[in-house]
Amino acid sequence: MTERSMLETEGLRARYPDIFERPASSRLAWPAMLLGAVTIFVVGLIHLGFSPIRMWNGLHELGWISMMMLPPNPGSSLPLYLSALGETLSIALLGTTLAAVFAFPVSLLAAKNIVPSNIFRFPIRRFLDTIRGVDTLIWALVWINVVGLGPFAGVLAIALSDFGALGKLFSEAIEGADKKQVEGIRASGGNVLHEIRFGLMPQVFPVIAGQMLYFFESNTRSATIIGIVGAGGIGLQLAEQIRVLEWQKVSFLILMILIAVAAIDWISSKLRFAIIGRRAVA
Amino acid sequence: VIHLFPGAADSGTMAIAVTILPDQQLAALNDIYRQAVARRRLRVTLGAAVFFAALVIASVGAEVNLKTLFTYFGHFVSYFDRLLTLDDGRRVWTNIPEWLWGWKKWSRLLGETILISYVGTLSGAALGFALNFLAAENTSPGPRLRFIIKRLMEFCRTVPDIVFALIFVIAFGLGPMAGVLAITIHSIGALGKQYAEMVENIDMKPVEGLRSTGASWIACMRFAVLPQVAAGFASYTLLRFEINVRSASVMGFVGAGGIGVELITAIRKFYYSDVSAILLMIILTVFVIDIGTGWLRGRLFGQERRT
Repeated sequence: MTERSMLETEGLRARYPDIFERPASSRLAWPAMLLGAVTIFVVGLIHLGFSPIRMWNGLHELGWISMMMLPPNPGSSLPLYLSALGETLSIALLGTTLAAVFAFPVSLLAAKNIVPSNIFRFPIRRFLDTIRGVDTLIWALVWINVVGLGPFAGVLAIALSDFGALGKLFSEAIEGADKKQVEGIRASGGNVLHEIRFGLMPQVFPVIAGQMLYFFESNTRSATIIGIVGAGGIGLQLAEQIRVLEWQKVSFLILMILIAVAAIDWISSKLRFAIIGRRAVA
Repeated sequence: VIHLFPGAADSGTMAIAVTILPDQQLAALNDIYRQAVARRRLRVTLGAAVFFAALVIASVGAEVNLKTLFTYFGHFVSYFDRLLTLDDGRRVWTNIPEWLWGWKKWSRLLGETILISYVGTLSGAALGFALNFLAAENTSPGPRLRFIIKRLMEFCRTVPDIVFALIFVIAFGLGPMAGVLAITIHSIGALGKQYAEMVENIDMKPVEGLRSTGASWIACMRFAVLPQVAAGFASYTLLRFEINVRSASVMGFVGAGGIGVELITAIRKFYYSDVSAILLMIILTVFVIDIGTGWLRGRLFGQERRT
């Protein structure tokens, strides 16, 4: 460092003491937080039964399993797996649609600009939160108890847990809508239903359609999960093959899921573009 | 009274004068308008028809029967009725100690659930953090490496975490370790992608400035990229932690630790009041975590804005 820059630093230090001499609390905040986080992490590792030897053995086993998975091979059950995949996609589509159909009217009640009074809105919001707080897999187990094993329970589980999520998102979309159109309808003598249909719907429909497509995508993933507890679809096959250690079939099923999800991603991004148009991009 | 389209409306005493077009021109315009509307309607109708056809095919595929739904709906309501009834036939809230009899065991398991998601999120975040600079377009050292890392992350987040848990339970044995590793893998994929997207949106000028002084790649990442994205990374990580608490609560279904094992036993063995008690505790925990991380996120971003 040259002499001049030293002098400059001294001058700066004199002029901005706050930056050069921060109080200990602000200097130590980050290291303290980091230390705390790492401490909990290490305690957690020990508490949860991690040990180097277990890790090593597990990785060894995992490597062996990965070797067994290659090459992916469905054996003679390809038709069965394809129909299971179809079942999963059906579950996702029906679940999303059902959720949206029920969520829309409820979201109107939960939107501040439709129902200004807090009395209805607050309990509805908490109700939606409660439904969302429970995992889809738990809902699937509940529905299996109610309607028995099979894809129908899966449809209802996805419909119920998405009902909570979509209701919240829809009501946010409705609250974000422009008031002017609605006021215009009211000024020309429309009633409340007219306001919703002609003032609100044209604004929120693209948003809702986009969210439905997004949920359909993520539900393809969820639908594979709920099969594991017995709600039909490809997850059921996957869980069974893992339990009987048929690793080539397992890897084939995982591959099928990956391809299906990628395909749905691609289709829904095209559809979303067609429905929402360039507005969403800009 | 003047209106553009015949039969639109006779709105009585409109004060504004609109210039009326000659009939011929009007007819032509109306034709074009009608054609445009007809085309739009056709498109919407076709779209709706395709959608309904897909629904019908799907309902055949998923063995849906409306009649069974209506019969079963009563079951659903009575199921919840049973959930809220104690063994002695009274409502659960009349005898809270009896309802929450196992709260000590359940709290311990919920604590384990939170710990699973904490350790899983943190290790996933650390690994995702290490990988994301290689996956972001503007900081990646090479396109081939970037492609490989991106596909790896895609794999990690597309395969559901519970599938990983199922496999890990076989490899690592029953217990929370499998759950932690499954959540770690999933978090690497999900967080790595979000981190990388964030890094792609940064201002590149500090990076260029640093590189012009001869700084190494790692120094560039540390001093030019990280300060721009740290708060965002923290926010995404907290959000992921929240999501992971939810998924850790069901890891026990496949034997990977946490409260899930207790819940699935209660559901499978029809211990109705236990199911509702455990569900209540899970929902409360998720609420508390939601609010806590929301508060923390607000504080992190608030701090960022002040400085």
